[in-house]
This record gives sequence, C-alpha cells and structure tokens, in this order.
Amino acid sequence: MAEKIELQKVEVWDGNYAASHALRQAQVDVVAAYPITPSTPIVENYGQFVADGYIDGEFVMVESEHAAMSGCVGAAASGGRVATATSSQGFALMVEVLYQASGMRLPIVLNVVNRALASPLNVRGDHSDMYLGRDSGWIQMDAFNAQEAYDMNLCAFRVGEHMDIRLPVMVHQDGFITSHTAQNVNPLSDEEAYKFVGVYNPVEEMLDFSRPVTYGAQTEEDWHYEHKARQHKALMDARPVIESVFAEFQKVSGRQYKRVETYMTEDAEVIIVALGTTVESARVAAKQLREEEGIKAGVVAPRVLRPFPFDAIRDALQNCKAIGAMDRSSPGGALGMLFNEVSAAMYTTSARPVMSNYIYGLGGRDLSINAIKDIYRELQENATAGEITTPVQQFISLRGPKLSFFETRRS
Amino acid sequence: MSLENILSNAQRGQRELGAEKKVGWDEVTQGVVINAFEYDATNVSRELSEDRKYSDFSSYTATVASWRIIKPIYNRDICIDCQNCWVWCPDTSIISRDKQMLGIDYDHCKGCGVCVEVCPTNPKSLLMFAETADGEECLAGWPVKEKKAKETETE
Repeated sequence: MAEKIELQKVEVWDGNYAASHALRQAQVDVVAAYPITPSTPIVENYGQFVADGYIDGEFVMVESEHAAMSGCVGAAASGGRVATATSSQGFALMVEVLYQASGMRLPIVLNVVNRALASPLNVRGDHSDMYLGRDSGWIQMDAFNAQEAYDMNLCAFRVGEHMDIRLPVMVHQDGFITSHTAQNVNPLSDEEAYKFVGVYNPVEEMLDFSRPVTYGAQTEEDWHYEHKARQHKALMDARPVIESVFAEFQKVSGRQYKRVETYMTEDAEVIIVALGTTVESARVAAKQLREEEGIKAGVVAPRVLRPFPFDAIRDALQNCKAIGAMDRSSPGGALGMLFNEVSAAMYTTSARPVMSNYIYGLGGRDLSINAIKDIYRELQENATAGEITTPVQQFISLRGPKLSFFETRRS
Repeated sequence: MSLENILSNAQRGQRELGAEKKVGWDEVTQGVVINAFEYDATNVSRELSEDRKYSDFSSYTATVASWRIIKPIYNRDICIDCQNCWVWCPDTSIISRDKQMLGIDYDHCKGCGVCVEVCPTNPKSLLMFAETADGEECLAGWPVKEKKAKETETE
C-alpha cells in the first residue's frame, strides 16, 4: 500500500506540481511518458512519487510521445488507471494515437501543458496544441491556474471513467504562466481525494483471460460510421456527467465549477470569450473597466472545450450586445476557433450580438491588462453602433502594420 | 477430429466477411471491442482452433476466400515438414499439427504467395495457381526436380 503525504491546508505549488499530486492521489497505475517542456515535471514528479513509495504504480519511459500514448493505450486496455503529460510537438506526435484511445473508449487522463507549435520552434505558452486536439474525440477540460490544474485532474478521472462515458480526458493548463508559477493551492487530504476519485473499474480488460478481447479492430464503410456515431454520442452525453462530477467535487472542496464559467455577465453588454490564463486577466480588466469607465464588461470561458458547451454558451451570452472571441492559436487561414464556434452557437438563437475575433499571445507573447481593456472599449463601440466597427479578425499586440481581415456586412 | 474436419471445419469461414448482421449505432460494441468467445474462455489456449467455439464476430467464422485471385496448392509428396510456410504465413493459414503440414486454410488465405517463396524443397511443395485451377490437375502437372546448372555442364 502506498504511503500517504500529510498535505498543508494551503500548499504553494505550480501547475505542474499540482497536477502531479492529483495523479498521486488518484493512484494512477501506469504513466508512460516522454517528457517535454513545459509539462516535464508532471511525469517526473509521478516517477519520484513511485520511487519514494507514495504510489503503487509504474513509470514507463518510452522513446517518443507516439510510443508514450501507445503505452498508455496498452496499459488502459489491459485494465489499469493510466495518465501521462505532454506539450506542443510531443502532443502533435501523439495525435494519431489520441484518436485510437478515444475510439477504443479508454479513459486515459492526459495533461496538456499548452505550448506553441513549431515552426518557428518555441517553448512558450499558446493554445495551438489544445486546438489541434479538438476533433480527437477526447474530453477537454481547461484549467486557468494551478488550483484548477489540480482540481480538473481529480475530476477528469471521475468523468472519463464514468460507466456511461468511458472516454479519455485532457486537462489543459497554460505553459509556464500556469505550469511554472507557484500559487496557493488548497488540496484535498489524501483520504478525501482517494474517496472522491474512487477505485478504478476496468471494462473489457485484456488481462481478463476468461474473456479474450480484440482492441483496435478494422471497420470499413459497413461499420465505421456507426462506431464513430456512438462515440460522438458518448462525448455529447458527457455534459450532464461532467456537471454531476463538478457538483460532487464542490461538496468535498467547496470550489464550484461549470462547463462554462461566467464572470460579471448578469448585466454585461460586452463580453470577452477566452481560454486559459487570459480568463483571469480579462476578469481583472472587466472589473477595473466597470469601476473606472462604467463599461458593463464580462467574461465567459469554456471550462470544458470538448464536448463543446454549445448549450451553456448560448445561455451565457444570450443578453449581451458585443462579443470578442479571443483565440490564442494561429488560425491557419480561417477565423479563430472560438469565434467560429461561439458564433455558430449564437446563430441558433434569436440573439444577434456583434461578434469579432482577436488573435493574440502566439508563442507566449504577453497580453497586458491594458490590451484587454482596449478590446473591451472596441466591443463597447460595437455595442453602441450595433455593428462591427473594426475588421472582423484582428491580430493584437503584434509589431508592424496593423494585420486584420474582413469587414462586416451586417449593416 | 479427422483431417478433413481440421482442413475445413464447420465453424470456420461459415459466412462472407461483411455478411454479418448489421446493427445500428446504438447496438455496436463500445470501443469496437470484439469478444472472441461468448463463454468463459479461461482454458481456451489449451484447445485446438477447430475445437473452440468462436463468436460470430470473430474473423475465424468469416471467410475472405473471395479476395483471392491466385491460390497455393500443396504437394504432400514433396513436403519435408520443415514448417517454414507455417512460420511465415501472415494470415496463419497454414494448417499444421504436431509439426506435420496438413494443408491450407482457404477461408483465410489471401493468396500472397509467401509460403511458396519460403518453401526450400526442389521442386517446391507449394505453388501458386489460378483460383479457378483444378487441384488434381495441378498436382498431376507438378514440375520435376530442377538440376543445377553445374551438374548439367559436367554431363
């Protein structure tokens, strides 16, 4: 039996250390990993905990991230609770196996410490890797700080392992800003955490020799579509399960999470939709602008990016006048993902807020509170005019001539 | 079990691949998992394949014979039971018991010809023929031992 750790009521942890303590408390059986900046300490700490007797588990060092996720798939299919961590290029190399994991309905937990994708090579935080994973069939949860990185990891096991769901879960946090910034974290005690996460119940495990199973079968046009449809249904059905897990987590932790987090949106006229640490910056900017300039600013943030909270986004943004969707990923010849998905959600309601798209923070470029305030001021102008007064897509905090695309055709 | 039953038993290849009953998305297995047996199979590794009862979704019960356009024919008179073909066959379609080559599983053989390639006898104990060729005729016209070029010169 693994030894326990007496945690303080408040610990000073960075996002990586917080995530690794959650993996320890979940008593993960196998971590197969190929460490990469900035996620390295998560799996490194797991290995240390195993070596020191705090986890009854196994750290498997492999030769690439493709092999890391393959090892996770094998261990999960065998019947173990499995987790790993990666970032950026490592995530990109994992992509093929991510689809295998979700198709095989294996509830692996993957910590993705968000980092830009090369080229040019860059180790800093942006959301390119998180966006790359969004069609992979995984549940994606986003933590905005170290506390949430810890909390989301504990919740991730409960959600993914739920018998109605059985899907892998990514827990995202921003590279360096969350992963390497020490913050106050209120952990659960080991007893509380064990109790919350619970014992792992395998399904169709390969180590059950009384029931030999085939994983990774081939299906062509006669079966593939039905299997993918069932998988999508499970992902969509995860929404109420996530809500019930969050409700249970609130009972043990006192911290409340929702699929879509809202801040000062009750009477907000202008709202920023964002992910990651930007959410916390936007909250500061919104509060200050309300006090300083009387702008009715609010913040909406998908806590769960997949399944996309189409329903909760519509509720959260129903009454505002202008929305700035902020995408921290190079959009690759399109409008940003948040802009597209939020716009689509709003277009299925009678509300017609003015939508605009901001690209920012690529490769870890800092986003200041002042820059966010400028966005709110533009959104306020849009709200007053009832149409987009700027180009639809703008790159902000970028050197050189203004880079923007498309003019509105609303008026 | 008789040789005939081993070479073509009732369980194996009883339906075309793709002829299985199609069900809707709500009835397919979770994770595309396929159970090879519908009973407690703890000791199944001690049974020969022809003695096992495979599930309907196991590929053992399906046939892919229609994929093949050329087929290997096996000549018992020449074979030395070296097991090379059994080792190399990518579809476990060489049927062998107690290290004795018995024949070919034509329900799962795709006609790749690897068995012929690796056969060390002279002439070969396996040769490829058109799928429609008659087995008896093929055996009747089997090639004779090839003499080495060197021997021919000295004669």
